[in-house]
Amino acid sequence: MRPVYMVSGGISKFAKARPDKTFQALCMEAYSYAIHDLGLEVGKFNELADGCVISYFSDHFARQLMAGIMAQDYLGLCPKPGHRVEGGGATGGLCLQEAWKSIASGHMEICPAVGFETMSHVNTWKGNEFIAHASDVSFDYPVGGFYSGYYAMMVVRHMMEYGTTAEQMAHVSVKNHMNAFYNPYAQKRQKLTVKEVREAPMVAWPLTRLDICVMSDGAAAAILASEEGVKEIEKASGKRVKKVKVTGIGRGTDAMRMADRPHRKVPLLPNEKAGDYVGKKWHGGRLEYPGIHSFRAGRMASVQAYEMAGITDPLAEIDFVELHDAYTSSEIQTYEDMGLCRYGEGGKFAASGKPFLPNITYGLPAVDKDPQKGTCPVNPSGGLIACGHPVGATGLMQAVFACWQLQKTIRKHLKKPDIQVKDAKRGAIHSHAGTGTYVTVSILEAEGGR
Amino acid sequence: MADKKGIPMRLPETETATEVYSLPFPELPKDLGALKGMKPIVVKQPYHIDYIHSYGQDSPWIAGLSNGTILGSRCKRCRNTYPQPRGHCMDCGDETEWVVLPNKAKVHTFTVCHFGSQEFLPECPFVLCLIEFKGCETLLLSRLMGVDPLKPSLKWVGMEVEAKFRRLSKTKPTDVYFVPVGS
Ligand SMILES: [Zn+2]
Repeated sequence: MRPVYMVSGGISKFAKARPDKTFQALCMEAYSYAIHDLGLEVGKFNELADGCVISYFSDHFARQLMAGIMAQDYLGLCPKPGHRVEGGGATGGLCLQEAWKSIASGHMEICPAVGFETMSHVNTWKGNEFIAHASDVSFDYPVGGFYSGYYAMMVVRHMMEYGTTAEQMAHVSVKNHMNAFYNPYAQKRQKLTVKEVREAPMVAWPLTRLDICVMSDGAAAAILASEEGVKEIEKASGKRVKKVKVTGIGRGTDAMRMADRPHRKVPLLPNEKAGDYVGKKWHGGRLEYPGIHSFRAGRMASVQAYEMAGITDPLAEIDFVELHDAYTSSEIQTYEDMGLCRYGEGGKFAASGKPFLPNITYGLPAVDKDPQKGTCPVNPSGGLIACGHPVGATGLMQAVFACWQLQKTIRKHLKKPDIQVKDAKRGAIHSHAGTGTYVTVSILEAEGGR
Repeated sequence: MADKKGIPMRLPETETATEVYSLPFPELPKDLGALKGMKPIVVKQPYHIDYIHSYGQDSPWIAGLSNGTILGSRCKRCRNTYPQPRGHCMDCGDETEWVVLPNKAKVHTFTVCHFGSQEFLPECPFVLCLIEFKGCETLLLSRLMGVDPLKPSLKWVGMEVEAKFRRLSKTKPTDVYFVPVGS
């Protein structure tokens, strides 16, 4: 396979509702930003592009079948090849990887990946219902289908197995909202305390409103190119492109029905041994994996992406992570799946300084004083919890923030430098669909590598 | 929205509106440029569907509930038993056979839903749970009754529960639900 580069990205303003634009025009907002950042006009870039991939999650929210081709048409990319990608919450992550495939395989030299979601077209309760239709409509949905409820059941089991606490979860909310305070793209920019998170209205015990991401309207675009494609762009613009190399791609899956997750052996990451999961701490002396407290798909995606990128010690070798924090609890579970800490230690990791940005004060004494603060910042952008979660755009939004981190252009795009991870050379992005059914992990690296 | 004394401060917001037969519009052609600043027109588009849904090969499981029986799917080769029915085994792909599961089980995990999908809002707060049956490989999503949803406790995990069946079947998985043993 050939090397693939992300050369630029764009994000529309994410908001609870964007009635000012149709989904096509929202896509153009993100797409044209990415192209202008390359120093090109849309028309000129479209001459160079070989096709595209468009992603959105829900035909219910769009109330429009074939919305993918309508976006492609509006962007001016017809009659070139294209297709729509869908995979629940991981839709955007899958879209990025599909564009990667088009280039890695030699089929295309330049391929934009564009995703969107317009969730404001129904009220929140109907939106919850639409999302819950991404659970088995024979056996899950009719019992009381509600995604926050599903994730709450998972974390209750995590609490039972490992002693994880609601206060540890609240640390994730404080971190991500505070990071977003420095990110004008984010929908919710708030300075919070653990107490405020816990005292927010209860949604699905123990998750409060501040443990859960919100629905959004928005779009995001990532431009991918081969070595040859980069040269074409540079020739057309007369400017040098700051390339970000995609060095690892991983994807995993699991059963839709959460009740159908068996307990099996742990697939080990390169930094783990089978012996790590033997002992009194684990059920019957051995970790029963994944059950419902962990995401088998997340582990599988991480194992694959790390192997491809040559990562053997994720916490030490990844400079930052943008991961799918639809719930504070799932961020904690994902720390473990991605090997940033061992299974069972996600709660402690969340309340340590390690996933926080080193230069921001969070008002959490144990975190702010931790000499290991900033070991591997997780969701420096604010993540889904604070940026918003317009599903089909979310995984691409993560790619754009990661690209800007690695290009060291956070100040340029956000007009604020605070969340720039210093010396960021390698980042991981993680996109996750309904209760862990599809998960993607992609590794991005700055020019020159680590 | 009420103030501290409980006196309503706002009229309620509803999704109904007056029908509109004409909209303001600038004078043409001189004010064409002003159209770019126009606020969006937002309208209501109702959408209703009745699906003809079949439970297919899983139908006996639903019929079991309306007759006071929880069925499971069992793979002879792997000895896996699944309380949520599967026509074929997740490990070997063999066709499964029906077995009768016990009416007593344990709570594997739970949550209390204070909000939810539109369809279930009138039932909030309600308790969702995953039930574990002895000897089963996987779990069953169900409702837990007979506990106070306003006093959730991790102690509910592991609690012994027994199945109750709706007398009037709704041909839905909620034809069975669980209560603490002896309640
Ligand atoms: Zn089998």
